[in-house]
Amino acid sequence: MGNYYQPEIETMPREQIRKLQNERLLKQVRHAWNDVPYYRKKMQEKGLTPDDIKSMDDLHLLPFLTKADLREAYPYGLMGRPLKDCVRIQSTSGTTGQRVVAFYTLNDIHIWETMCARAIMAAGGTNEDVVQVSYGYGLFTGGPGLNGGSHLVGSLTIPASSGNTDRQIMFIKDLSATILCCTPSYAAFIGERMKEMGMSPDDIPLKAGIFGAEAWSESMRRDIESTMGIKAYDIYGLTELCGPGVSFECSDQHGMHINEDYFIAEIIDPETGEVLPEGSDGELVFTTLEKEAFPLIRYRTRDITSLSHEPCPCGRTHVRMSRLKGRTDDMLIIRGVNVFPSQIETVLINQGYPANYQIIVDRVNNTDTLDVRVEMTPEMFTDNLGVVNQRQAKLVEGLRSMLGLTAKVTLVAPKSITRSEGKAVRVIDNRKI
Amino acid sequence: MSVKQISVFLENRPGCLHEMTKALAEAKIDLRGLSLAETSDFGIVRLIVDDVAGTATTLRDAGFVASLTDVLAVEVPNVPGGLNSVLEVLNGAGINVEYMYAILGNKKSDTAYMIFRVNDNAKASSSLTASGIKIMGAEELSAI
Repeated sequence: MGNYYQPEIETMPREQIRKLQNERLLKQVRHAWNDVPYYRKKMQEKGLTPDDIKSMDDLHLLPFLTKADLREAYPYGLMGRPLKDCVRIQSTSGTTGQRVVAFYTLNDIHIWETMCARAIMAAGGTNEDVVQVSYGYGLFTGGPGLNGGSHLVGSLTIPASSGNTDRQIMFIKDLSATILCCTPSYAAFIGERMKEMGMSPDDIPLKAGIFGAEAWSESMRRDIESTMGIKAYDIYGLTELCGPGVSFECSDQHGMHINEDYFIAEIIDPETGEVLPEGSDGELVFTTLEKEAFPLIRYRTRDITSLSHEPCPCGRTHVRMSRLKGRTDDMLIIRGVNVFPSQIETVLINQGYPANYQIIVDRVNNTDTLDVRVEMTPEMFTDNLGVVNQRQAKLVEGLRSMLGLTAKVTLVAPKSITRSEGKAVRVIDNRKI
Repeated sequence: MSVKQISVFLENRPGCLHEMTKALAEAKIDLRGLSLAETSDFGIVRLIVDDVAGTATTLRDAGFVASLTDVLAVEVPNVPGGLNSVLEVLNGAGINVEYMYAILGNKKSDTAYMIFRVNDNAKASSSLTASGIKIMGAEELSAI
C-alpha cells in the first residue's frame, strides 16, 4: 500500500472530504467577511452575505480574487489576521507591482509544511531518508516549504539551497542523499554535471526527486530519471496559497493530488468565469479552507489544467489536477522564476531604451534561456565600443536585479523586431514542454 | 581642426555589413576610410566620407543607426617610426587615444593618413601642430 503522512486524511472517503470541505468553506467565508474588509466589499457588491453561502454548491456565487486584487491590496489589504499574529512572509521574485507578498501565522506554516510532508511521503520518503533541498531559500517558497515538510517526515534534511552545483553533488554523494528537491531545470543541470564528472546513476544513492516551480515535460522527466537513476515527482503550488505542496504526484504519476482538506479547486472558463464540468481544460481556481493570515476565496491562478476524481491506484482519494497546459496571462516561468514582459519593459525604459523589444525563451540542455532583443537607437549609440558594451552590461544587471535572472541582451538594428498586424510580437517561447 | 566621422551600428548577422555597403554604393558614396570594431554581439563601422550629410541620410533611410563624431585626420610621415613620432607627441601631452585607423590617400606616397579618436581634440590638435605635424580639415581630406 501507499506511503502516507496522514492516511486517514489522504485516503478519506469522498463523501467525508466533501463534508469537511463544506464545513470549512462556511468558516473560511465568514473569516474573510469578518476580517478582510477588501473581500467583504467584493461580496457586498454582489449583494452577498456569508448567510447566502450554505454549502459548496453556492461557491460559484462568490466573487473571484485575481492577481490584480493582490496588487491593489498590496501589501496588507488581504490580511485576515493582525500583524502580531503573523510569523512569516514569503514573496515572489517581482520587484514591481507584480510582487506577491503572502503572510503566515504559525498555524499557516504548519499546514503548508504538512502538505509538503505528504508530498515527500508520496514520493516514497520516510524518516530513513536524507532529503537534499536544493530549491532557493529565502523569500522564495521552495526551500522553506520542502525543508519544513522534510522535518515533519523526520528525514535528515540538507538545506543545500540552490547553486554551487559541484557542492550539491558532493553532498548527495558524501551524505548519501536519497531524495532531491529542486526545480526540474536545476535537476537536469545537476544531472548533466554528474555526467561530465564521469558519474553514473550507480555512483549516487538518490532514489527520488521532487521537482516543481516550473512547467516541464514527460520527456524531460524521463531524461532526468535516466541520468540520475531516480523516480521524478511533480509538485505544484503558488506563493499566494502557501507555496509548493498545494498538489503533488504519487507513485502512479497520473496528475497531482490537490490537498482537498485545505483547498477547494474549481476549473472555470477564463473568458466567462463559468465553472466547467469535470475533465474540461480551463483556469484553475482555488479557495483556501484553513488559512488564517491570508485567506483567499476563489483565487484565479491563471494556470490552465483539468481535474479528475477517478480513483487513484495509490489509494489517495483527493482530486488530481493534470500537468499544467499553459497560462491565461503573459506570465513566463523561466528557471522557476515568474517573469512578466512588463518588468522587462520597465528596465528598458528606465535605462533610456525604446519599448521595442522581444523576449526569446528557449530550453537548451534542459535549462531555460532568456534572450532580450533590444532595438538600438541614435540616443543609445556612440562610436565607442566600450561605452556601448558598458550600457549593454548595465542592462543585463538591471534585468538581473529586476527579475532575479541572468538574461542575454542582444542589440539589434532599429525596426528589425518583427511586427505582425502593426503590433510587435513581444514574446517568443521556443520551449517544447 | 577636426573632421566628421560617421559611426554605424551593425548587428552581428550575416549580410548586415553588405546591406550597408550596398546602400552606400547605390547612393554613390565614396569611402575614404573605414574601420570595423566588433564584439561577439554587434559591430561598429566607422566611416570617413566626403559627403557627410548625404551619407548620414542614406544610412538613416536604409534603417541604420548612425552617429557623428569629431576625429582628427593626421598626416603621418610614411617612414619607419612615422606613427611613433605622432604618438610620442600625444603621449607627451597626456592625450588618450581611444582608437585610430589608416585611411586612403594615393597622391603622395611619402605621406600616410590616419584618423585619431582622442579624448581631447583641441589639446591634441595644438600639440601636434606645435610639433609640426599636419592636421587636415574636411576640404584638405577630400583633396588627398
